[in-house]
Amino acid sequence: MLALDFAFFTPELISGYIVKGFIFSLQLTLVAMVGGIILGTLLALMRLSGRPWLVMPAAAYVNTMRSIPLVMVILWFFLLIPLVIGKPLGAETSAIITFTLFEAAYYSEIMRAGIQSISRGQVAAGYALGMSYRQTMGLIVLPQAFRNMLPVLLTQTIILFQDTSLVYAIGAYDLLKGFEIAGKNFNRPVETYLVAAVLYFIISFSLSMLVRKLQQRIAIVR
Amino acid sequence: MIEIKNISKWYGAFRVLTDCTTQVEKGEVIVVCGPSGSGKSTLIKCVNGLEAFQQGDIFVNGTSVGDPKTNLPKLRSHVGMVFQHFELFPHMTITENLSIAQVKVLGRSRDEANERGMKLLDRVGLKPHAHKHPGQLSGGQQQRVAIARALSMDPICMLFDEPTSALDPEMVNEVLDVMVQLAHEGMTMMVVTHEMGFARKVSDRVIFMDQGSIVEDATKEDFFGKPRSERAQQFLSKILSH
Ligand SMILES: Nc1ncnc2c1ncn2[C@@H]1O[C@H](COP(=O)(O)OP(=O)(O)OP(=O)(O)O)[C@@H](O)[C@H]1O
Ligand SMILES: [Mg+2]
Repeated sequence: MLALDFAFFTPELISGYIVKGFIFSLQLTLVAMVGGIILGTLLALMRLSGRPWLVMPAAAYVNTMRSIPLVMVILWFFLLIPLVIGKPLGAETSAIITFTLFEAAYYSEIMRAGIQSISRGQVAAGYALGMSYRQTMGLIVLPQAFRNMLPVLLTQTIILFQDTSLVYAIGAYDLLKGFEIAGKNFNRPVETYLVAAVLYFIISFSLSMLVRKLQQRIAIVR
Repeated sequence: MIEIKNISKWYGAFRVLTDCTTQVEKGEVIVVCGPSGSGKSTLIKCVNGLEAFQQGDIFVNGTSVGDPKTNLPKLRSHVGMVFQHFELFPHMTITENLSIAQVKVLGRSRDEANERGMKLLDRVGLKPHAHKHPGQLSGGQQQRVAIARALSMDPICMLFDEPTSALDPEMVNEVLDVMVQLAHEGMTMMVVTHEMGFARKVSDRVIFMDQGSIVEDATKEDFFGKPRSERAQQFLSKILSH
């Protein structure tokens, strides 16, 4: 019979082990989301440009990233970036760069679908008013594409948040790592992993609910 | 004002436009009609360079549309265009729809643009709707806003691509009324439409297209009196019979 004891879960443990990791997981998620969406949008525009020298590198990048397991990308970047820039990089910085570049591939597919969902007539209307390509994209197409795709982008971000736990592969100090160390130090691994799982669940699930609410609101507006 | 000279256009091997030539003088109203797929939309989109063409050239106020050195956005900024499906920007209010290009393209101040937009909105009878989004308006109202939006750029001529054919019948007239008023004010207009009442009332000439060619280019008196080609006669008897 499993005897669980949560008495060691004191505020001191939380502030000593968990908060630091939680902040990093959050930071990693947010930076990779914002950076990934920006980079992903650029990749999507490249793929839709109709110019082979832009389409091909963007397609190659996206397809490569989407074909390799994330944990391998994390490891490879951790090993390769120091070789490229010539000095060692902390696990945390490496993780942030990796996730931004990796998630960009997924966000770009979402943005591509979003851009394609905007009718050609909208583009024609922008051009007909004398707008440049940049203005037509920036003022007309992308805002609508982004709004239409917001629920999907956020869902991807929830997946991203869960995936940040994979940085254990390079030893970065994230939320899961905090629990792991606390579990080791207090010799209570089962309890700490259980609490970690519940925490990941609560965060992801409540975000999912939020996305669903948002989806309904967007459907009403349209 | 608009000179279309021997325009030909292909989609791959398919020839959409064959040697089209016509012109629209300042203050003239030209109606373009013809069966579905005859190339009317393609021709009118060539005028402001929304569609590229492979042969011939078009001059708008003396500026070549086909010349790669031409600043097309600048040319388009003073050629108004109205689309079949309105193409208002759904994520902006009516006010923003009317001011965005004035601010971003013409460089007007927001106040100036809003003032001009409001004036035009009032003119098409929709001032009370300024704060709404396009989705909250009827089709006829949206098309009137679209006309106001095009006018906000102070265009030297206006292109219309079937502006009433996506509308419920009871809304056609409110849009045509605005167009008739524009025509009476001397706006140069090229209008793709099957509204023959409009053509009779305000047009100077009627162009009939078939299979990518301009088959008939006649004054409205000649066109409605005795079209020369058999295709135009058939077409007229078909759309005038009901
Ligand atoms: N992007 C495209 N690629 C290939 N063919 C096209 C394309 N756009 C239009 N066409 C073809 O070109 C021809 C002319 O089209 P266009 O839209 O100019 O006709 P239209 O006279 O405006 O017809 P409608 O009354 O239906 O609007 C049609 O046969 C159409 O199928
Ligand atoms: Mg058409």
